[in-house]
Amino acid sequence: MMFESLSAFMHMGGHGAFVWSAYGIALIVFGYNVVAPIRHRTSMLREVRQRLDREAQ
Amino acid sequence: MWNWFHKLGSPKTFYAISGSLLPYFCVLAGIMLVAGVVWALGFVPPDYQQGHTVRIMYVHVPSAILAQSSYMMMAAAGVVYLVWRIKLADIALQCAAPIGTGLTFLALITGAIWGKPTWGTWWVWDARLTSTLVLLFLFVGVMALRSAMSGKASAGRATAMLVLVGVMNLPIIKYSVDWWFTLHQPSSFSLTEKPSMPPEMWMPLLVMVLGFYLFFFCVWMLRIRTEILNREYRSRWVRELVQ
Repeated sequence: MMFESLSAFMHMGGHGAFVWSAYGIALIVFGYNVVAPIRHRTSMLREVRQRLDREAQ
Repeated sequence: MWNWFHKLGSPKTFYAISGSLLPYFCVLAGIMLVAGVVWALGFVPPDYQQGHTVRIMYVHVPSAILAQSSYMMMAAAGVVYLVWRIKLADIALQCAAPIGTGLTFLALITGAIWGKPTWGTWWVWDARLTSTLVLLFLFVGVMALRSAMSGKASAGRATAMLVLVGVMNLPIIKYSVDWWFTLHQPSSFSLTEKPSMPPEMWMPLLVMVLGFYLFFFCVWMLRIRTEILNREYRSRWVRELVQ
């Protein structure tokens, strides 16, 4: 471990804002890329079922 | 070989195979990314010039590599679709665009965040940065063209053509640091040369790059599988699957 304390880890030698915002934005982009296709799949499955029901009638 | 290629190109076979492989790839991607982030944030020694801001590299470099790689894969899918008319290739092309957009955005924004403390500026209109911005616009353009033409039979061909024209931009990004005098430093990684960094710096970078690749494949497959169900909903296997 390169840091002696949690506050040193957060501080990042005075560049905490830069390092943490870069990792934060990366987390948001990755999170979106996981959540969006899963939600899309759920709504798509519903839509496909509706389409099939409509066409069955 | 040819037979196998065609079989994998069938949506049903692809759906089955990808479904059984996906969980393993997701777990592997998760392990790689968590290990890479912990290593990069906590255990990489600070750079003697840049200090702790060097940790931004472990997000910036992989996202920039993947931004270009994902465009390349999208272009390969475009060629397969134009030459062999394999529907799956068109689906793959369409599904790669939003992920590539996100990764290019991430490369640009982390580059800006890294640029401020190291170069003293968020942005310069330098060749590397500008050509990467063009890459972002290409990804967005592919998505826009796709949604504007949705439902039309020529949508697949038109988007594939746009993607192929845009491939021109990739060598420009790659060689921009050599062709022009740029603020951006030359590539930190190359397949043919020994890395210029010590192992304790490039090893976590390698883990992150692999993690990003695996992550890309996982979310790409997720999107492709949903789009297969959308397009093949009339076929028997999809009807049996959803009901």
